[in-house]
Amino acid sequence: MIDEKDKLKDADTLTAELQEFRDEVVAKYPKKVAKKRARGIVLSDPSTPPEIQANVRTIPGIITQRGCTYAGCKGVVLGPTRDIVNITHGPIGCGFYSWLTRRNQTRPTSDSDANFIPYCFSTDMQDSNIVFGGEEKLKQAIREAYALFHPKAIAIFSTCPVGLIGDDVHRVARHMMEEIGGGINIFGFSCEGYRGVSQSAGHHIANNGLFKNLIGRDDEVRGSLKYRVNLLGEYNIGGDAFELERIFEKCGVNLLASFSGNSTIQKFENAHTADLNMVMCHRSINYVAEMMETAFGIPWIKVQPIGARSTAKMLRKIAQYFGEQELTDRVEAVIAEEMAAVDAAREKARRRTAGKLAMLFVGGSRAHHYQDLFEELGMTTVAAGYEFGHRDDYEGRRVIPSIQIDADSRNIEEITVSRDATRYRPRKTEEELKALEADGMEFNEYHGLMSQMEKGMLVIDDLSHYEMEKLVEKYHPDVFCAGIKEKFCVQKMGIPLKQLHNYDVGGPYAGFRGAINFYKDIEMMVGATIWKEVKAPWESEDFVEATYVY
Amino acid sequence: MLLRHTTAQEVERKALTINPSKTCQPVGAMYAALGLHGCLPHSHGSQGCCSYHRSALTRHFKEPVMAATSSFSEGSSVFGGSSNLVAAIETIFTVYEPDVIAVHTTCLSETIGDDLTQIVSKAHEDGKVPEGKKVIFCNTPSYVGTHITGYSSQVSSFVKFFSAATPKKRNVVNLVAGWMEPSDMREIKRIARVMEARTILFPDMSGVLDAPLTGKFEMYPKGGVSLSDMAATGDSKFSIGLGAYSTEDACVKLENKCKVKFEVVEIPIGLKATDRFITSLSRHANVPVPDELTEERGRLVDLIADNSKYFYGKRVALFGDPDTLIPLTEFLLTLDMKPAYIVTGTPGKHFDESMQALLAEQAPEARYKSGERADMFQLHQWIKQEPVDLLIGNTYGKYIARDENIPFVRLGFPIVDRPGHNFFPHTGYVGATNLAIKILDKVLDHTDRTCAEEKVELQM
Repeated sequence: MIDEKDKLKDADTLTAELQEFRDEVVAKYPKKVAKKRARGIVLSDPSTPPEIQANVRTIPGIITQRGCTYAGCKGVVLGPTRDIVNITHGPIGCGFYSWLTRRNQTRPTSDSDANFIPYCFSTDMQDSNIVFGGEEKLKQAIREAYALFHPKAIAIFSTCPVGLIGDDVHRVARHMMEEIGGGINIFGFSCEGYRGVSQSAGHHIANNGLFKNLIGRDDEVRGSLKYRVNLLGEYNIGGDAFELERIFEKCGVNLLASFSGNSTIQKFENAHTADLNMVMCHRSINYVAEMMETAFGIPWIKVQPIGARSTAKMLRKIAQYFGEQELTDRVEAVIAEEMAAVDAAREKARRRTAGKLAMLFVGGSRAHHYQDLFEELGMTTVAAGYEFGHRDDYEGRRVIPSIQIDADSRNIEEITVSRDATRYRPRKTEEELKALEADGMEFNEYHGLMSQMEKGMLVIDDLSHYEMEKLVEKYHPDVFCAGIKEKFCVQKMGIPLKQLHNYDVGGPYAGFRGAINFYKDIEMMVGATIWKEVKAPWESEDFVEATYVY
Repeated sequence: MLLRHTTAQEVERKALTINPSKTCQPVGAMYAALGLHGCLPHSHGSQGCCSYHRSALTRHFKEPVMAATSSFSEGSSVFGGSSNLVAAIETIFTVYEPDVIAVHTTCLSETIGDDLTQIVSKAHEDGKVPEGKKVIFCNTPSYVGTHITGYSSQVSSFVKFFSAATPKKRNVVNLVAGWMEPSDMREIKRIARVMEARTILFPDMSGVLDAPLTGKFEMYPKGGVSLSDMAATGDSKFSIGLGAYSTEDACVKLENKCKVKFEVVEIPIGLKATDRFITSLSRHANVPVPDELTEERGRLVDLIADNSKYFYGKRVALFGDPDTLIPLTEFLLTLDMKPAYIVTGTPGKHFDESMQALLAEQAPEARYKSGERADMFQLHQWIKQEPVDLLIGNTYGKYIARDENIPFVRLGFPIVDRPGHNFFPHTGYVGATNLAIKILDKVLDHTDRTCAEEKVELQM
């Protein structure tokens, strides 16, 4: 058992120490680098979040967690859809590395339902394609993919050299759509790795593509007319979407589409017939939410179904939005039923976890969402930050007007969306919206990571390896959350690392059962005894020569 | 079915690769660079490349894989990556203090034509390279060759930048390691030690990518060939390259630069390849083969003879890298198994010629393919046309193995779902024994699980 009082006293000293962290750590950097890095390291203040530097270029050589635009577009947003043939146009590597590495689970509905997720398709560009152009090879690759698989849709993803040599993947897409005919949908993404400053640019490009090429193509209203919602920014890592689908079904909420966990083309095409959009990962999908509101009149709210309490909160928001007693009652019944098991599991885990320290450096929303789960476990998040978040993900959407648009953001296509002439339909009247807002419902709002963190805790954007090493060395958190590249560095220091990209093959962690899984996994991690065996007995004891009595 | 869209029906493909049996050059360069002590690999391109390569290597080794990137923006892609690389060099030497930065290019920096010689000399002129520190580099365009090519280029750059000939030759044999596991390198060093041969193995990932948990993170773990040893390779009297694809180029460069004669043998996987390696080392290091190794060989032969009936005639499909597949195919033939289908995405005549020679007598009906579109989809289609009894390859093979219900032995890169490959070597007689036992385990487990109940045998 942990003496919570002792830990709390430590936490006070810790806050004092955290304040010195920035100066100490940037002292190691070259002068210019130090100046830049210092702006990305701040102390949290939930009442008035300080300005943090985010979504700016990574410092060359600093050893970053970040990936590229292609990874954000193909890997994150479009990867989880099972019935699109995703062709990577480029040398073999990019397609190879994004092949099955993100644990996007999917559940085909029958044996004949398409599922291309276990496949990797690439044009495998060679030097001759770089010299003479790769458009013809891409066309031929599409022909071959069609001949072999007859998919409903083919998407093309551009890698770095494609943009440089001037291959026009959009023109190829149009050309091949005509050539193949029969209603096949083919579209391309200019998601070359060098665009933007991180994966985030790729999310934006993917969002634009979803809106232009998929959303709104199928107006048929299917299923129940009641409580029609979409869940945006949920990628079904480790089965998260399955758990949320289960909960929605139990509540009688009609989930039309997840963007894009366990998704299909048809779900995207039909998503505009929903009456509410819920945004889970704000960073990767808020653009689609905005565009669907403008074009079709679907309001969006931010939800956070990571953590049992937050999941309950999401369900109550849905009930509040639809405003029908029948739904409210059902939601309350589901919450009551689910929470029994959650409470039991949480109390059991808390015996080991309460009072412990966590650090989260991951993604563009997970470093925020998972703090809910750690709170439920009685753990304090002493340092956190995103890999590819923007200022609004830290400070809240209120700062969006004041964010400077730099060259790296300007080169990402901004599509202008206008109200759909025939299909725009306000889901609520102005008065209804006002009434809901007066009742505490917030539309188009996200308060950001810093709103949740205790005053004085560290917030670091685009954490470098050096900063990570210093954090672990100085503060010895009980759990460090990041990704695969960081995992074994931290563990060599004797601290368990929880991967929050792939969950260490765990999960689901969303929803109620997900929370229970997470409690158990963290309890296991902080309770694992092997960390006590790092030193051999003779390393910690004085050498004593044996003496014998004869 | 996981690969539900794969059928036996082939459509001629000229452009589309499906489920590749290869990846791109830079990851190989990064892997090889980790085999030099005190070296930090650096990827000159978009940061996604570096992130992908580090992730791929980390998933495989379950170890820290440290590397930096030039983090190209669109601006650098237009104006060149010179300032990014110079800035990176300054940051790396200031913050991470390696002895060497090993820069490799990517398709991005190659397409725009960045000149590394010029950029690195600019870094020197600008005083960004501290006294006694080194920046080495190699060209690894992703649109030429494969990860094996990149590995080979990095190993050659070690020779180019470090190997030096003094007037005095030393009684040392260089062992140029092809793409293999740290455990395989450890085993090869053990064999050399048992033979009392004086050798320098490079690159050497043992002690780097199989480091102990000590409570301390080591940016530059104990292992890796030292810079002084690397320099001394120029004074060695002979080099043995292990694996033509990954080491021949380095051997040639070393001969040209320092007049060190060489021989390229296969990576010692299996009985005969190990025989050849040991014979070569014995001859060139001028040491006899000790009984200890002869006994290890004898134990391997004993194991194979004892279990001959379980190996005999079993059809095997295999995929991976040519330097592994060539001796592996030979070993399967030693076991009297029947290699049926063999694919490698790495192009090159040596593979085709070796297969032709190896298979002519014992398995003339075998199908093999290398280079573009020699992919796992092709392999799977062949398996659909006529099934096999065993599949050998990297983790991606498990999707085929499950769909087709065939025993599956993991060998190659990447293996991201099972530990063990960096503990149990596949090289030497001990490695061949490990491999033969693994094959038996998988094949016999499959028999036990799938045969009729009355056919379940207690003794096998």
